[in-house]
Amino acid sequence: MSLLMRTPPVDPPAASETGTGRRRVGTAARRPAVGFAFVAPAAILVAALFLVPLGILIYMSFTDWPLIGSPHVNGLDNYRALGSDDQFLGAIKFTLIYTAITTVVLFAIAFALVAISGSSRRGATFYRTAFFLPFVVGTAAASSMWWVNSNDQLGIFNKVLNAVGITNQPADLLGTPDRALVTVIALVVWKFVGFQVIVLLVGLQAIPTEWYEAARMDGASTWQRLRYITLPALRPTLALLTILSVTGSLLAFDQFFVLTHGGPDNSTVTVVLALYNKAFQSFRLGNAAAEAVVILIVLVLVNAIQLRLFREREN
Amino acid sequence: MSTANTASVQPRTQISPRPAQIRRRRPNPIRRKAATSAFHGVAIVLAVAFLSPLIWAALNSFKTSDEANQQPPTWLPHSLSLQNYRNLSGFDQGIGVYLLNTFTLCAFTVVGSVIICVLAGYGFARYTFRGKSLLFGSTLAILMVPYATILLPLYIVLGHLGLQNTLIGLAFVLVMFQLPFGVFLMRNSFESVPRELEEAALVDGCTAFGALRHVSARIVFPSIVTVALFAFLTSWNEYLAPLIFLNDGTKYTLPVMLVNIRYASFNILDVGALQAGVVVAMVPCLVIYLALQRFYVNGLVTGALRG
Repeated sequence: MSLLMRTPPVDPPAASETGTGRRRVGTAARRPAVGFAFVAPAAILVAALFLVPLGILIYMSFTDWPLIGSPHVNGLDNYRALGSDDQFLGAIKFTLIYTAITTVVLFAIAFALVAISGSSRRGATFYRTAFFLPFVVGTAAASSMWWVNSNDQLGIFNKVLNAVGITNQPADLLGTPDRALVTVIALVVWKFVGFQVIVLLVGLQAIPTEWYEAARMDGASTWQRLRYITLPALRPTLALLTILSVTGSLLAFDQFFVLTHGGPDNSTVTVVLALYNKAFQSFRLGNAAAEAVVILIVLVLVNAIQLRLFREREN
Repeated sequence: MSTANTASVQPRTQISPRPAQIRRRRPNPIRRKAATSAFHGVAIVLAVAFLSPLIWAALNSFKTSDEANQQPPTWLPHSLSLQNYRNLSGFDQGIGVYLLNTFTLCAFTVVGSVIICVLAGYGFARYTFRGKSLLFGSTLAILMVPYATILLPLYIVLGHLGLQNTLIGLAFVLVMFQLPFGVFLMRNSFESVPRELEEAALVDGCTAFGALRHVSARIVFPSIVTVALFAFLTSWNEYLAPLIFLNDGTKYTLPVMLVNIRYASFNILDVGALQAGVVVAMVPCLVIYLALQRFYVNGLVTGALRG
């Protein structure tokens, strides 16, 4: 029966229902050509703009690919060159530090905000919307805004910091490597934490109320309910958010490109920014392709490891 | 079957609280009042912190050009003026060109994403054909591949297709990046529509496409809005792809223009015009999000969290 050939269903109820429903000869699932016609536009797009470029990328990584003229294969030269490429190695280190800090800070703040916007008190909806709105503002607009605000002469951040007494003279918040990193992380938290909050709230909503009621009747404390009901039930959501946050941070580009441009003194160059510079500023396309392939492999591995870790803990 | 499935067809707007129920235990009314006040105190400070950069940009954009560029800045505008918007409108090609480009790009991307994702989602949900899992897997794999890494060869492919430096070529790229989420969401939505509904239509002489158009597509309409919303927000805000694929100033979109205000000004940087540009770039997103909020949450429930 054709049902058995279906891809593993994500939604078992729907799939099992198709088995029990009455089937007529000649209906939908029996005509593969029609099915293929429906997915053809997507298939063409995936092939032309994803699989073919992916193939080209891998091929490029093994060649010396000049801007003008024909490329020639140079084996593993590009990959070897990466090993002694100081900008790339520095970028890896910086990106890892940035990823670690961002992920931890994002989660810490997201949990605090969930406590507020998940409350049953009046106004919780308003707070939730306030936390989320920065997320729909584009990175270019948000970074431009942040760039003006961080300026020592024109920016509001200095004025606020002075007003509350943290600083007493104007400071350029993008002026030193440390300050630039903190400013970018502040921007990222401001812009993305609302998304984490919404996803966590959706995850919390899926936990049956009865579980809490039963636990309360059994005399479980607030902490125990959090530890033995909320956290285990949220695990898939937390896994998803960790993967999104880690992947997003490892691939950070826009905010650095617009806000710090990698400065001061190339102290905030992320891996993707290094890749961009190599490809579109110095036009070393073969090298850039090798770098891209390395990033790609690392990401696939990181995601596979994370998925496995989360699954293991579940068992 | 139904509860799970209806929930995914109709947008769930309410995110109801769980941890809050813990508080029910406190009987003392004075303590409860104090707790509520403390709650709102902290929450309001945080909400203001999140909203203030947006409000600040808006306030600055309505200052006079002199005041907006004043050092140190003033808190509130001394007088309201549209001068910054006038200065912005004359920047380089003129704001009209950039707005038109951005609208065109958004229109192509939204229409393209909706058509392709609905058709593919339906095909994946209802039909069996050779290579189905392979194609579905490849589509989801787009998520795994970092955007920036594939732009380089994409540039070459678009060149071969004659689509380099065109808005339509750029739209195709953006549609491609919408596919993993969009196709997955639409497939889940169509799977939750009972087949019997369509079979009735087919018996009545509808074509396969007719059954989709007249029956299922109407039921999954909320998910279609979600796909359109995500496609709109992405294409309106996208910065890197236009920067790379468009090399002609007359084709630039708003985000590219915005960053150029900072780098392209030969004389003194006009912070007022920049913030007016920020407002023009963000207001449509804020308005559309606020209007269609529930579809956004629906997308997260049906799409992202069911994987």
